[in-house]
Amino acid sequence: MSAAPEYSSRDAGIEVLSPASPRSLEAPSHPGGWQGFAADWASDQTAFKTATWGKAMIWIFLLSDTFIFSCFLLSYMTVRMSTTVPWPNTGKVFALTVAGVETPLLLIAIMTFILISSSGTMAMAVNFGYRRDRVTTTILMLATAALGASFVGMQAFEWTKLIMEGVRPWANPWGAAQFGSSFFMITGFHGTHVTIGVIFLLIIARKVWRGDFDRGARGFFTSRKGRYEIVETMGLYWHFVDLVWVFIFALFYLW
Amino acid sequence: MARKTAHAEGQQHPIKVYLLVWFWLFVLSTCSYLVDYFGLQGYLRWSLILLFMIVKAGLIVAVFMHMAWERLALIYAILVPPGAVLLFVAIMAFESGYTHLSRVTFFGTEGASTEHMTIEPSGSGE
Repeated sequence: MSAAPEYSSRDAGIEVLSPASPRSLEAPSHPGGWQGFAADWASDQTAFKTATWGKAMIWIFLLSDTFIFSCFLLSYMTVRMSTTVPWPNTGKVFALTVAGVETPLLLIAIMTFILISSSGTMAMAVNFGYRRDRVTTTILMLATAALGASFVGMQAFEWTKLIMEGVRPWANPWGAAQFGSSFFMITGFHGTHVTIGVIFLLIIARKVWRGDFDRGARGFFTSRKGRYEIVETMGLYWHFVDLVWVFIFALFYLW
Repeated sequence: MARKTAHAEGQQHPIKVYLLVWFWLFVLSTCSYLVDYFGLQGYLRWSLILLFMIVKAGLIVAVFMHMAWERLALIYAILVPPGAVLLFVAIMAFESGYTHLSRVTFFGTEGASTEHMTIEPSGSGE
């Protein structure tokens, strides 16, 4: 059952480090101060047996990001529930008039479908990455980046439209003043995430294209050999951005 | 659906699974959009929005993010902490109810409401 080897403190090196007292229960000698602190916390303890450190760390990062977006959505809930001024009708605010017909939330619906599609291409990129299919992985990642960039473009259009109509973080023509601050804060932070994702998609797509992960080329910043797992790590971030949009779409735009 | 856990070569599942999830995400997004399009109101609107939101989020996390194939140690480490957010929601809902009551009581706002307001006076608001 347990694949991990069983270590006792004595096996781990007391006899090696202090042969004079083999039965001592003292901890093995280790550097003092911060080095010792780091050595203890970085000792051979693996909680996530099947997940690499990279996967564990991206998940922990995403968990912290979850709390950030939760706080934004919670503050939005709080100001909306406590204001005595009516909340603007988002269906009308975000309506688009196409060919003389006003359709509620049209732009937001298109943005939603674009982001979902980018998640689909990303999921397939991860799959082809593990198959060592460089060309397909690169194409799918570039498609993901292109969809993400068009999402940001539409968001810029939406911001421009609303700012032209007089929406400010402190006021808007249709109702509760908190609408503007919530809108700019939530969609702005999400758009920043998408933008950062697009940049990293392009960087990693370039590495896949060059075959860095086949040749074991060392990274510019880390000087370490990259692996195709980075495509999955990138995918986890990208799907998270899509996941956050699911909540924003439901709670901010549709509610 | 492949039930094997992640191995050295990472997560590999049939493309068909991703396409199926992609399709359902489109369907569910369309459904939640139609909630607004047909102007459903009240508890029906809110419960449908939350239902579609949770199913979509579940599909993305379980399949796209491969959580369904991870070990419980990782699943619990990531999915349990956000549960604290629900407690936070309850606290802040209570707090905003109090703030709202104070504003109505001391600023005397008539017809206080957090419901939608339409842009045109003749619109179909609450």
